[in-house]
Amino acid sequence: MPILHTVNKSSYERNTLESCVSKTSKGGSVLLIEDGVYSAVKGGAKAGIIENAIGDVSFYVLGPDIKARGLDEGKLIDGIKVVDYSGFVELTVSNDKVANWL
Amino acid sequence: MSNIKKFCYLNRKAPYGTVYAWEALEVVLIGAAFDQDCSVVFVDDGVYQLVKGQDTADLGIKNFSPTYSALGDYDIKKIYIEKESLEERGLSLDDLQHLVWEDEDEDWAEKDSIIVVTKDELAKVLDEQDVILSF
Repeated sequence: MPILHTVNKSSYERNTLESCVSKTSKGGSVLLIEDGVYSAVKGGAKAGIIENAIGDVSFYVLGPDIKARGLDEGKLIDGIKVVDYSGFVELTVSNDKVANWL
Repeated sequence: MSNIKKFCYLNRKAPYGTVYAWEALEVVLIGAAFDQDCSVVFVDDGVYQLVKGQDTADLGIKNFSPTYSALGDYDIKKIYIEKESLEERGLSLDDLQHLVWEDEDEDWAEKDSIIVVTKDELAKVLDEQDVILSF
């Protein structure tokens, strides 16, 4: 019963992503949106949250939010997939439930 | 003019996720228009406001980041960025916009507005202010 988790807060300001990932089962998906996309950048002090879990959990970032914030797709943590709005819709449909971590 | 105060605008929020960054910019421009001695500080997620190459076209909201380059024209010459905040986020000065002001005493030579400071240096900057406005 896979769940799509969405996180919209920066992990440098809140512990939302950390809490979410710790409650995401193997095979689950986490989609970073809005300020959540900052957590996807390689080399940051919080990059380990994703790096340590990416073997068990699929991570996605919303492309338009990356672009809006001037972040370089080439600087994302390896293995994170960039999706557009229709990719977001597909994720919501292909998972059984959506959990929004606000 | 005698009634000039030292105003400091303390920015701690990323742009777009909340309205704080945009609102702060509006208030900074107001302070500058009243010929006050303005400093703008970016710490914590506030450093993300100055990341270059922002493009909000796909979000359908205004990209206000080009406005930061107008701060120099408003005589804002002191833009402090906390070193620790940049490093924690895997950012360097090269990831940020290059902001300048023109020195009329030196034939309008362009000078850097951005001053990278440590948290201890920033504490001193805050101590010197008359008013601190937090966003």
